[in-house]
Amino acid sequence: MDIYLLEAIVNGILLGGVLSLLALGLNLIFGVIDVVWIAYADIVMCGMYIVYWLYVGLGWPLLIACAIAIVALAAFGVLVHLLIIQPILGTAPINQLLATGGLLFFLQSFATLLFGTDFRNIGVRLPILELGEIYISYARLLAFTIALVGAVVLYLFLKRTFIGTAIRAIAQDRDIIGLMGVDQKRIYLVTSMIGGALAGLAACLLALQYDVHPFIGNTFGPLIFMICVLGGLGDMIGGFIAAFVISQIIAIGGYYSNTELSYVLAFTFFIVLMFVRPRGILSR
Amino acid sequence: MLSLTGVSAGYGSFRALFDVSLAVPDGEAVGVIGPNGAGKTTLMRVISGMVPLRSGTMSFDGRSMEGLPAHRVVERGIAHVPENRRLFPRLTVEDNLRIGAFIPEARRRFMQELERIYALFPRLKDRREQLAGTLSGGEQQMCAIGRALMSRPKLLLLDEPSAGLAPLVVAQVFELVARIRAEGLTVLIVEQNVQQVLDVVDRAYLLEVGSIKLSGTSSELKGNDFIRKSYMGL
Repeated sequence: MDIYLLEAIVNGILLGGVLSLLALGLNLIFGVIDVVWIAYADIVMCGMYIVYWLYVGLGWPLLIACAIAIVALAAFGVLVHLLIIQPILGTAPINQLLATGGLLFFLQSFATLLFGTDFRNIGVRLPILELGEIYISYARLLAFTIALVGAVVLYLFLKRTFIGTAIRAIAQDRDIIGLMGVDQKRIYLVTSMIGGALAGLAACLLALQYDVHPFIGNTFGPLIFMICVLGGLGDMIGGFIAAFVISQIIAIGGYYSNTELSYVLAFTFFIVLMFVRPRGILSR
Repeated sequence: MLSLTGVSAGYGSFRALFDVSLAVPDGEAVGVIGPNGAGKTTLMRVISGMVPLRSGTMSFDGRSMEGLPAHRVVERGIAHVPENRRLFPRLTVEDNLRIGAFIPEARRRFMQELERIYALFPRLKDRREQLAGTLSGGEQQMCAIGRALMSRPKLLLLDEPSAGLAPLVVAQVFELVARIRAEGLTVLIVEQNVQQVLDVVDRAYLLEVGSIKLSGTSSELKGNDFIRKSYMGL
């Protein structure tokens, strides 16, 4: 096999890791609370700025900057739920789109106000690994590994703990969850917190690889939504798989043509699959 | 133990219960019988905090229960097995039981309670890793009752446990209820299956269009002409 194609495939898998983390967060919130955070990628953007500001601006250690970004976005997730989602729960679904869509413009404009539209990089240069003749960016490999660890930790939390079980149960039957002694409001807050923390983790991993600017959410936001819908909205495992399918299309498409066309390919694939399997790739 | 006095409740402008008074003494099994749409399920939902009281009072173990949200009612010691069982179909049997032990007190003795439920219903132990949605009707009812028992309630509410089950399975379910009673649990059971429920309860109330029409011990009601004619087809 062509060595560059192999490199593209490996890079596709590595990209899929971070995307799958974001798809997990978005799917979790949709499955449990039945709302879509349109501004999810822009919340990630805020996290990248937090890492940038603490690490480059204040000169704090990178690990501490990342830890603070994760905690800050977890708290932000709770605020988003309390201030934006909770007041409109149970009203027409269009309200969620308008409200979280409004948050998207607010965050983009606010970031522009604070940091301007410059592309900023945290300037961490990690070495390039050479495996045989394939070159793999260490930053990507690290991001992939940490994203997978994050996904496994989330899986174990949902599978093994009482709160995790309640989170899975509430997505299946909202009405009777109170009869189990579960406070629905509290579960929604915990879910929003986890969704925020996952965005924070993804922000740290993306900051290692990409420049941050106020509109970076526009580049991968639509991708995450496409992945979630492709996997079946609310289906965590479907979304996880879809992340790798989409990132492979982008990587291999990019190898045969160019990056722009590979996105066209990915979206075409998405549209076709929506006709064939409108309820997600794992649906029967 | 549980007492309701002059309770009214409903949904929106619809009143489903009018001035209902009812008592469930410690250690007894009490039945509420009546036709479809009489308000039996609403009564259960009022007790477990899913439907708010419009007027009247409600107390459990000597403490007032008005305005208590559903998850707090469970902490007080009341577990509700809802109509149609309402298991979480895509969770395993064991996960369904785990969620039944969600309240902090029950979490601490989760393993112990799990063993107790598996001893009571060995079938559930065989199927512990199976998705609850794939169980047979009778097994689902076992799982739903087991889930409610996981919180170690003082009072168990059973809403139409025989609904949608084959006659043979219905007999098994009532046998099950008798076994739970033997464990010393207080039970309030709502049923359309009048004949069979009167065999397992000590006392019963007849609910019709939202009001209590009759009450008495189960042998009194079994001998009552109106009940025999309208509800037992005798």
